[in-house]
Amino acid sequence: MAKGQVAITVERCKGCGFCVEFCPTHVLALSSAFNSKGYHPPHVVAGDKCSGCDLCGMYCPDFAIFGARNARCS
Amino acid sequence: MSEALLDIPLNSTNPVEPFLRMDRMPHIWCPACGIGTTVNCFARALESSRLNLNKVAVVSGIGCTGRVAGYANLDSFHTTHGRAIPFATGLKLSNPELQVVVYSGDGDLFAIGGNHFIHAARRNMDIKVICVNNLTYAMTGGQTGPATPTEVISATSPYGVFEPSFNLVQMAEAAGASYVARWTTYHVKQLSRSMEEVLHKKGFCFIEVLSPCPTLYQRRNKMGDGLDAMKFYKQVSKTRNGAPTSECALTRAGEIVVGKFVDRDRPDYLELLKHQMTASLGDRYADPEVTTCSEG
Amino acid sequence: MHAAPKGVLTGVHFLDGDHACCEGTLAAGARFAAGYPITPSTEVVERFAWRIPTVGGIFIQMEDELAASIAIQGAVWGGAKAFTVTSGPGFSLMMEHIGYAAITETPCVFVNVQRGGPSTGLPTLPAQADMMQAKWGSHGDYSIIALCPNSPQECFDLTVTGFNLAEEFRVPVMMMLDECVGHMTEKVVIPESDQIAITPRRFTHKSPEDFRLFEPMEDLVPDMVKAGDGYKFHVTGLTHDERGYPSMNVETQDRLVRRMQDKLKPFANGRALFEAVNLDDAEVVVVSYGITSRVAQRATQLARAQGIRAGIFRIISAWPFPEQHIRELAGRAKAFVFPELNLGQMVHEVERCAAGRARIISVPHAGGSVHKPEVILKAIQEAAR
Repeated sequence: MAKGQVAITVERCKGCGFCVEFCPTHVLALSSAFNSKGYHPPHVVAGDKCSGCDLCGMYCPDFAIFGARNARCS
Repeated sequence: MSEALLDIPLNSTNPVEPFLRMDRMPHIWCPACGIGTTVNCFARALESSRLNLNKVAVVSGIGCTGRVAGYANLDSFHTTHGRAIPFATGLKLSNPELQVVVYSGDGDLFAIGGNHFIHAARRNMDIKVICVNNLTYAMTGGQTGPATPTEVISATSPYGVFEPSFNLVQMAEAAGASYVARWTTYHVKQLSRSMEEVLHKKGFCFIEVLSPCPTLYQRRNKMGDGLDAMKFYKQVSKTRNGAPTSECALTRAGEIVVGKFVDRDRPDYLELLKHQMTASLGDRYADPEVTTCSEG
Repeated sequence: MHAAPKGVLTGVHFLDGDHACCEGTLAAGARFAAGYPITPSTEVVERFAWRIPTVGGIFIQMEDELAASIAIQGAVWGGAKAFTVTSGPGFSLMMEHIGYAAITETPCVFVNVQRGGPSTGLPTLPAQADMMQAKWGSHGDYSIIALCPNSPQECFDLTVTGFNLAEEFRVPVMMMLDECVGHMTEKVVIPESDQIAITPRRFTHKSPEDFRLFEPMEDLVPDMVKAGDGYKFHVTGLTHDERGYPSMNVETQDRLVRRMQDKLKPFANGRALFEAVNLDDAEVVVVSYGITSRVAQRATQLARAQGIRAGIFRIISAWPFPEQHIRELAGRAKAFVFPELNLGQMVHEVERCAAGRARIISVPHAGGSVHKPEVILKAIQEAAR
């Protein structure tokens, strides 16, 4: 079980790539799917590495993603 | 982010949302604009500051950063270009228990608003000024501002800026600010911490945040997009807490000195006022209960 | 509601208009002022700076009139009654913020002690040449209330009225003094505080969930709020909807701008402030305001003594313009004579309202002193021919 997980609000994402770039454990990558505005949102590619640090949430200029720690690991 | 969290189901809310007027989302800022990032930091700073949010007010001027007031779920004021600081002055003096935060851009605060900035700093007015510096007048199309570095191409300097630019942190210190720091939107943790610090510090506090403007500044200068700007900030930033602000000037592609440069204690405007009045008038001085405008 | 005793300097005084105006602000409940020195208005805030620390409030001298004119609005939203004071060049600087006060419906008072213009002009000499600017000086369509005292006593009384109207209509009010009225010293009677009626700010009774900062009540005026009470309201100078959120489209613009104008109609149509003397049988109506009305009074007396049926319509509320009264007079009088300390400003409003039904004789003056009564008398004689 990963230490944390992320929640992505796909429709808000504008594909800037900050979360992908600055996730310390490279949990995310831009997906090939796109939202209704044509942007490629991130998706989780290494979920077991997520620590729930919420750096993605702090970087996201569109408030489209955040991370949180899972209970048993806090 | 709170440590003691339960399992989060995927439809739980983003911790920034209580601080936003969600009925006004999505916001108007461009993809990879850094203003939203600074708002995340501000939201987290408000949360960890444990301030009564009913008593926090945000005052903005005009510009892209000026739109922050409209999205902040607080008593918020979108005022005129350059005049957020004097508005904030009146708001604070009439209602001193408010924590008044001015959140505006480089052009708004330092060109048209420059005079007001230096006088509020001189007075050590107890307001917190967050300046998102994207080195341009973004809202109007990317014109030259007083913080735009030389040699940059802009809408009003199509052949390159030749005017020397302001060193905002040096200006703030020289004018008398009690707290001066600079971060970039890459430095989310440090920025958030600085914002929390100033929310608990009396006096005129100034935080400059460098932020990408991908649509205008980055594009016109062939500097890539917002992500490229963020990587650039990471690459060339040097944290030098306590560095002399005179050594912190910005250039087009050179080192960015970040850190907390000034943190001093000086009596703020209201303390000075009360001290002087009490010394002169003694018992006759009536402590201002300025918000006396209640219904009869 | 009555004035708070702390701010009322009850008694019989010998004061100039500027000083009396300051006492008016204090009696009205103003506890915050921001200003910038400019002749001939400075004494208003100098006195306030001297008085307010023992009454309880704050005066701050800001770095310029741009700052002063918006600092007072910050203070209003913090909960205080606030005003600023200036003259021509400063009034020009304040124009953007007068527009901001209008569209955000911020109740506040701007005092303009008019002097010779344009530009630096005649800093120590009177004029009445900012009258049109008071209504039209900021960009866009908006309405304000403007009052014209003609004596130090009226500088006190009408300033209280000005604050009351600002609160009632949630509108910026212009006190249009002039250097003569501001610097003349006369008897000023300030009554007991319980004799002075004050209009309190109409704070909402609704909960934060239900309250809309720009939702008009029955009188087209929205209720007020102040920062720090948990309403988490938003104020913007952008065209906005009832929530105060930017809403930049044709429908919202039409609704907002028309309501801002319509909310003052009850004042314009039934409550215009004026003084009427000998108008019942008047064939010549002498219209005037401010210091000029003192001279016009003399000229009209002289005319009556010569057998001319001349009467006085003294404008006290210049904006919204008292159209109904002028229209009614135009229907029965032969002519209007309108002396002003300018090259003809408010006279155009009389011309507009008279719509050709009466002759209009303007008696202009470029400013710097007051008319001689003989000059106005000559115009009355001309009008009576």
